[in-house]
Amino acid sequence: MANSKLNWKIGGKAGYGIMVTGLIFSKVFSRSGYHVFDTVEYPSLIRGGHNFYDVRVEDEEVHSHTGTADILVALNKETADLHKNNVSESGAIIFDSIDTKISSGEIRKGIMLYDVPLLEISKKICGKDMMRNTVSLGASLAIIDYDFDVLAGVLADIFGDKGKEIVEQNISSAKAGYDYVKEKYKAPFNIRMKKISNERKMLVTGNEAISIAAIKAGCKFYSAYPMTPASSILHYMAAHDRKIVVKQTEDEIAAIHAAIGASFVGARSMTATSGGGFCLMTEGLGLAAMTETPLVLVLAQRAGPSTGLATRTEQADLKFAMNASQGEFPRVIITPGDVEECFYLTLKAFNLADKYQVPVIIMTDKHLSESHKTAERFDTDYTVERSVILNDKDVKDDYKRFEDTKTGVSPRTLPGRKGIFRAPSYEHDEHGWNIEEPEDRMVMADKRLRKAKSIMNEIPAPKLYGKKDADITIVGWGGTKGPIMEAMKLLKKDKLNVNFVHFSFILPFKAEAVTKMLKGARKAIIVEQNRTLQLAGVIRENTGI
Amino acid sequence: MAKIEDFNTGQTPVWCPGCGNFGILMAVRSALAELNIKRENTLIVSGIGCSDKYNQYVNTYAFESIHGRILPVAMGARLANYNLKVVCIGGDGDGYGIGMCHFVHAARRNLNLTYIVCDNQIYGLTTGQTSPTSDKGFKTKSTPNGNIEMPVNPLTIALSAGATYVARGFAGDVATLKELIKGGIQHNGFAVIDVFQPCVTFNYKNTYEWFNAKLYKLGEDHDTSSKEMAFKRANESEKLPIGLFYKEDKPTYEDEALPAKAKPLVEQDISNVNVDDLMDELM
Repeated sequence: MANSKLNWKIGGKAGYGIMVTGLIFSKVFSRSGYHVFDTVEYPSLIRGGHNFYDVRVEDEEVHSHTGTADILVALNKETADLHKNNVSESGAIIFDSIDTKISSGEIRKGIMLYDVPLLEISKKICGKDMMRNTVSLGASLAIIDYDFDVLAGVLADIFGDKGKEIVEQNISSAKAGYDYVKEKYKAPFNIRMKKISNERKMLVTGNEAISIAAIKAGCKFYSAYPMTPASSILHYMAAHDRKIVVKQTEDEIAAIHAAIGASFVGARSMTATSGGGFCLMTEGLGLAAMTETPLVLVLAQRAGPSTGLATRTEQADLKFAMNASQGEFPRVIITPGDVEECFYLTLKAFNLADKYQVPVIIMTDKHLSESHKTAERFDTDYTVERSVILNDKDVKDDYKRFEDTKTGVSPRTLPGRKGIFRAPSYEHDEHGWNIEEPEDRMVMADKRLRKAKSIMNEIPAPKLYGKKDADITIVGWGGTKGPIMEAMKLLKKDKLNVNFVHFSFILPFKAEAVTKMLKGARKAIIVEQNRTLQLAGVIRENTGI
Repeated sequence: MAKIEDFNTGQTPVWCPGCGNFGILMAVRSALAELNIKRENTLIVSGIGCSDKYNQYVNTYAFESIHGRILPVAMGARLANYNLKVVCIGGDGDGYGIGMCHFVHAARRNLNLTYIVCDNQIYGLTTGQTSPTSDKGFKTKSTPNGNIEMPVNPLTIALSAGATYVARGFAGDVATLKELIKGGIQHNGFAVIDVFQPCVTFNYKNTYEWFNAKLYKLGEDHDTSSKEMAFKRANESEKLPIGLFYKEDKPTYEDEALPAKAKPLVEQDISNVNVDDLMDELM
């Protein structure tokens, strides 16, 4: 009988190719009918330091990793030392005794040791030690008796652009590792996996989902300054040229202002950064709001303050994003919880920004931005919704760009067409002329803030997972959704009656709906990855709960 | 043929009587009129300072950015719609202080922008503090004992950074300034026009009289294709030359960034973008 679950982990020094090896392992299973979640941890440096990659495989949907390993590939001693206690009961450790000494005395009883000459095989095949990780992939699959051809196929695709020779060397390395284990370790391992089908699922990160959605939404201008964990959006947009201008700017200040300039003349535009870059962007956020220029901004959180932990996940920028920039103006804050929401809510973000001429912030975190999850192909049925952009014939002589309307949204014209106006960052009247009088100022401030009401009607209430009636209600926002969904499975096993309220939108805050959902909760537990309970504070401020 | 009056919004300028900005405003409007540029196709991007008001006084499309961010906004606008003439107007604090980083990068990119800097060597709107171009020893509210720092030289910075049209004008010589601005707008690349602009309220030193005694026009003997010569002239300090220092033709950022013959980004159809292959790639 084959098993249906596997947790696999590989670790080694930065520079060992941990990331691509982990991705290949994930793809083996996402291409043979399984659900996969994977995540990588790495320090902020290029060579040395400890990297590790967790892959979780199951025959049903998985939302997060477990941290344990049924098979641990230790490419160095440090990996074995750091992770040996996370190896599951009767799990396995693959290592190469030539540079990684592990004695049976230092590990728990029942764990099987697979001493595989990773370096020797690699050197024999390519003359260098760079393919030891590929050898370990073959060894891993041999242990669980998996179909080798799937791995060969993935290797051919991943290394295809590096030429035939590299592909063949990788396949040979993997096969040699596979054969070595089959030959030397005949005792069966407690987990045996079988290919479920030939069905290929999409294996996608939050950043990839956001990028594809941006392209689908018609984003034409993307400007950014590199910052982990947002940089992979820049890489993706640059690598997938769709007649989009992708501009790496001199800093985040330039990035947001360039996006505003492009949007002002009519192109859908986006920028992305992490907390430190967002600090620099705050002045631009207010400019977009004051000039009523649509803007989509991705804030991929990492641990702060300041440089903080550049490559580690955290959710501590919520209140910052909600309050960033001086003055008062409406903004949308979207907090997708998984890769699917990253896609669909990014599509929505572009429509909201455009329709209401406001800044929209999409908040993710490192865990969501960079972890892979299997997903069904995204539904690409999408309608581009914009606020009215007047045709030349509809522009009246007395055209008011910032007309005070019921919804607060005013029809636009675009430079290059009829309907000349000026968009000042200074307070202005409906025409865009500078004003000073308090009465006029109140009219314009109200006009802008009024948009929040209409936006509110377009965004969903927090989503309830599980039964309406529960003893315990977990409340969360953004990327902790995955771990909470997994926790729900475990709590259900423990016969606890638990449900989960997830916020994928924070602003405009749907106070009435939230009150209705949470007022009756017998016991509510907020789960968010920060020390000051930011969402809890926001809920209390808006609902009293 | 466009008239100067077409570029007047009818708003009354709120600058001090005698301000150098009046001369610059006249030169800008005249240049646009004489080039017969369609007002709808022109975008003025201004920043913050006394010069931010150009967005209110020049009757074209206009965007008032925030302090120091004129050039990034202008870059986005140009890249999204290369059919627009984008004219940036800012001050010395805006461009050479808070915005210096963008100035250098815009120059090296050779974006097709015209950048007019109203250089009054003082912070006027904030009532008289030292500026990046204030002379050493210059006394202001923030430097009551005299400015300790050396002033920046915008022209040599522009030349070093790679600007392809580098000029200096004077607010008191509208005819010359107008021609320099026209040349900048017609130039295919990043055109910088630093403009000496007397501030009659806060700059007691660099007055009209002071400039009139110091300035001279670059003559026929100046070779605008020689960077070496341009540097030499830009470094003069006893007498101060105005005119076109340097001009070079080379591909703009837009030429290289945008696919040949592609429509401007803003005109591309976004109603049904196909991303099937992007999803295939992840399978």
